[in-house]
Amino acid sequence: MSKLLVENKDIAVPGEVLAEGMDNLPGPGTYRDGEKIRASGLGLVQIEGRAIKLINLSGKYIPKNGDTIIGKVEDITFSGWRIETNSAYSAMLSMKDATSDYIARGADLTQYYNLGDYVVCKIVNVTSQKLVDVSMKGPGLRGLKGGRVFSVNTHKVPRIIGKQGSMIGMIKNATDCRIIVGQNGWVWIDGEPDKELLAIKTIKKIEEESHLSGLTEQIKSFLEKETGKKIEEARGNYNGL
Amino acid sequence: MYEEGLHNHIVKLLKAGVRLDGRKLLDYRKPIKVEYGVSKTAEGSARVHIENTDVMVGVKMEVGEPYPDMPDQGTIIVGAELTPLANPNFELGPPGIDAIELARVVDRGIRESKALDFKKLCIKKGEKVWLLLIDIIPINDDGNLIDASALAVLAALKDANFPKYDEKTEKIDYKEKTDKKVELTKEPIAVTVVKIGDSFIVDPTTEEEKVIDTRVTISTKKDGSLCAIQKGGDMPLTSDEIMQMVDIAIEKAKELREVL
Repeated sequence: MSKLLVENKDIAVPGEVLAEGMDNLPGPGTYRDGEKIRASGLGLVQIEGRAIKLINLSGKYIPKNGDTIIGKVEDITFSGWRIETNSAYSAMLSMKDATSDYIARGADLTQYYNLGDYVVCKIVNVTSQKLVDVSMKGPGLRGLKGGRVFSVNTHKVPRIIGKQGSMIGMIKNATDCRIIVGQNGWVWIDGEPDKELLAIKTIKKIEEESHLSGLTEQIKSFLEKETGKKIEEARGNYNGL
Repeated sequence: MYEEGLHNHIVKLLKAGVRLDGRKLLDYRKPIKVEYGVSKTAEGSARVHIENTDVMVGVKMEVGEPYPDMPDQGTIIVGAELTPLANPNFELGPPGIDAIELARVVDRGIRESKALDFKKLCIKKGEKVWLLLIDIIPINDDGNLIDASALAVLAALKDANFPKYDEKTEKIDYKEKTDKKVELTKEPIAVTVVKIGDSFIVDPTTEEEKVIDTRVTISTKKDGSLCAIQKGGDMPLTSDEIMQMVDIAIEKAKELREVL
């Protein structure tokens, strides 16, 4: 006799039994322990047919193919750059994925990206051993000059960006800052000092209150109160860049 | 790794009169909290929080032989241990240069201000004196460890009671504390003034510490007289700048003195 012990959108803690019996299937974020299905992390339960999924609420970033991330150059090798990704795994940016310029043998690679520089890049390959390759080829991918980088919970990134970028677009409109949100939880921001602080405050607020519904409205009124001007919601396709 | 981009950005912000976290240039993080008697086994202990920076200090007392050149004086021995618990950039093993500097700057503040009368730590001239072992353990490093540690050491010394010492058997009963306090006649407060670009700031966070040009730790007594100075960082300073920094330190020390 199978039994489902949780409902949709319940919060589960690591090891919590989500279902008993063999009628349900363990999805991402869960595992089977004999007759039981358990949660492998802290997250929201999502039931899709017979499968039980868990949307993580905490934990480090895990590199995923296709993600646009903000990375930091941590080493320069013979064939490219090693990029820190705010996760347990560093990524490789090879010369051919970094620029379309001709690079002579033995050239000084620091003229492209130097140690400590931040870049917006895209993950193009993740092997089963978590060797990560990134590329700079694509719209919006570039080295970042000026500004500052701070980190947020990587699982809150979708909320910070909002539906089709509505949330981040609104912050940009309100503060006139240039903001880039990487999927790995690093956020780059550049603007006028006081506006920049407001943008950071807003993003931290979203991070804290991401579980509440009607967040966009709340953030809108917060920004209107802080800036004292009417804010229009951002429209259009926007992917966090 | 030196972060040039962050340095330029911070300089830009400082010119506009704000810091990365929105503070003014000469503001300490608030609130600064001091807890006394956090350890049962130490003779005196304290824990200081400056927002996320968290330092614990314990004072243990031992009876030992005095130094030959100071037969009637006890002494203090300050040690600091920067463990990876506090900051992932710290490494295990023997104390590194930063840990040694931290301990010595704090030690110098106490010693040179004559806050403790070492002669009162003497039990028998030339043979037995009290040794005060002061251990600084940062629990979390979010910048400005020196100021937090100096404050915590002072608080721990205020909290310290001598243990019972039997002169016949020459044994210390650590389980029994006496009412006798360590006499602290002065309160040397260390304030670290940091120069980034052309601006002076106090109470840097770890992010700001990555890009400092110069820092000067200045210990002052209540009347505003100096008892110790330590300079760190690569850039030089003019004598005018040093005087400005001293003025800032004296002013800020008043604020810190209030939390003790």
